[in-house]
Amino acid sequence: MSESEERKPVEVLRTPVVLDYTYSAGQSSSRHLRAFGKGKLLGQRCPVDGRVYFPSRGSCPQHGVPIEGEPVELPDRGTIVTYSVNRVPSENIDLELPYAAIQVLLDGADTILFHVLGESSIDDVHMGMRVEAVWKPEEEWDDSVANIRYFRPTGEPDTPFDQYKEHI
Amino acid sequence: MRDVAVVAFTQAKSVRAERDLNETEILIPVIHDIKRGAGLETKDIDFVCSGSSDYLAGQSFAFVSGLDAIGAWPPVSESHVEMDGAWALYEAWVKIQTGHADTALVYGFGKPSMGDLSRTLALQLDPYCVVPLWPDAVSVAALQARLCLEGGVLSEREMAEVAVRDRGKGKSNPYAQVTGDFDVDALLAEPTFVSPLRRHDCSPISDGASAMIIAAGDRARDLAERPAWIRGLEHIVEPQDLGIRDLTTSRSTQIAADRAAVGKDKIDVAEVCGPFTHQSILVERALGLGESVDVNPSGGALSAHPLMAAGLTRIGEASKRIWDGSADRAVAHATSGPCLQQNLVCVLEGA
Ligand SMILES: [Zn+2]
Repeated sequence: MSESEERKPVEVLRTPVVLDYTYSAGQSSSRHLRAFGKGKLLGQRCPVDGRVYFPSRGSCPQHGVPIEGEPVELPDRGTIVTYSVNRVPSENIDLELPYAAIQVLLDGADTILFHVLGESSIDDVHMGMRVEAVWKPEEEWDDSVANIRYFRPTGEPDTPFDQYKEHI
Repeated sequence: MRDVAVVAFTQAKSVRAERDLNETEILIPVIHDIKRGAGLETKDIDFVCSGSSDYLAGQSFAFVSGLDAIGAWPPVSESHVEMDGAWALYEAWVKIQTGHADTALVYGFGKPSMGDLSRTLALQLDPYCVVPLWPDAVSVAALQARLCLEGGVLSEREMAEVAVRDRGKGKSNPYAQVTGDFDVDALLAEPTFVSPLRRHDCSPISDGASAMIIAAGDRARDLAERPAWIRGLEHIVEPQDLGIRDLTTSRSTQIAADRAAVGKDKIDVAEVCGPFTHQSILVERALGLGESVDVNPSGGALSAHPLMAAGLTRIGEASKRIWDGSADRAVAHATSGPCLQQNLVCVLEGA
């Protein structure tokens, strides 16, 4: 071995790290996800100011209090409060590029749901646009937000900015 | 130095595997109860600091979801250590010393049941020469126990006596997990688990959480009838390489205890975080505890060991003995890393 080889640092060391985890979504997220499996959208109400969290994580992150009590069922329609046009393919989303990633404020909710827009030209997407969920066929449902394939425009008049500006 | 005291403490019951709740949901009632008990809202707390490990959760930045339990909107002054909550307490104590806060909420939480803890802990070791061999945490502790036994530093009987003592006392602790009346001779008749360790030498794997409120001066006197004043708080670390350290003693605990002036006056109660019986003995010796000290009235880490919270819980349990007047002076200990690598010592006084 030449001197220069001896002085060469070891640059690669293979130490495969495999750690298995059994993850629990928790009570609150589990209820929320199981509701998706039944085609329902469940939110939860903050006991302090009544804001409706969708999804709920079991506590109000604003007031730091546990959220207990009956869940609030929400409709599968709402308003786009912001969006972005995506030109990068994703293995999880089977929409043609480009498509719009949207944040939807469901009617009656106070927090926003991340999803994608379908059946619409990206030239038409805009803040305030009314949308509704398009679900996958029921036999494909899982306990997952992906049961909603995408949201599509309803054609209703736009929601005025003042009505959702607190939620963006 | 500002006078700073522990004024409130709450914990979740330790369990072997919490299947229903996620880490944040374990934390939510603990944080809610401590704030309600102290009569404080989030806006009354100047600083928040937590201790947890993303390796236990198997998610990067898992600790951020813990903030959902706090209520962080409007935004709060917050920090996190990837260590036991006892070190979060240290950071909060320093923050109060600098004058940037008068009150702080400190918490630690962990749910090791999600993964294979003994394997996950291997990742604390040297990544080049040790981790590729994947030594599990119990085996690493067993190597230390062998050194202590063969070196005549302690005996298997003394180790079993620690288990009998702690798990017996743990019977009165509703948050403990493995408690009961055991017999030293019967325990010693059991087969070894990872030689020379037997089952009773090992702390349980626990899911759990604990939280504490500390406050300075008059604020502490407002919040507690008899605050547990932090009169000494030190943490000292040893090198990562197990071959460099003397594993038959706990030098870092000794140095921390000296600096925290543990020996300055009589100690009534000690809460020691010994994940294994021989480690508890090494720490008790390093702290210089006399015969009259009530060691681990809570049952210690052998009765419940919620990783990332167990050290903070020792300080909380010692504080409880100050609050109820059963102790005037207490010492609490927390440890981190393999074979007692890093140790924290906290001296609490009622006056
Ligand atoms: Zn709220």
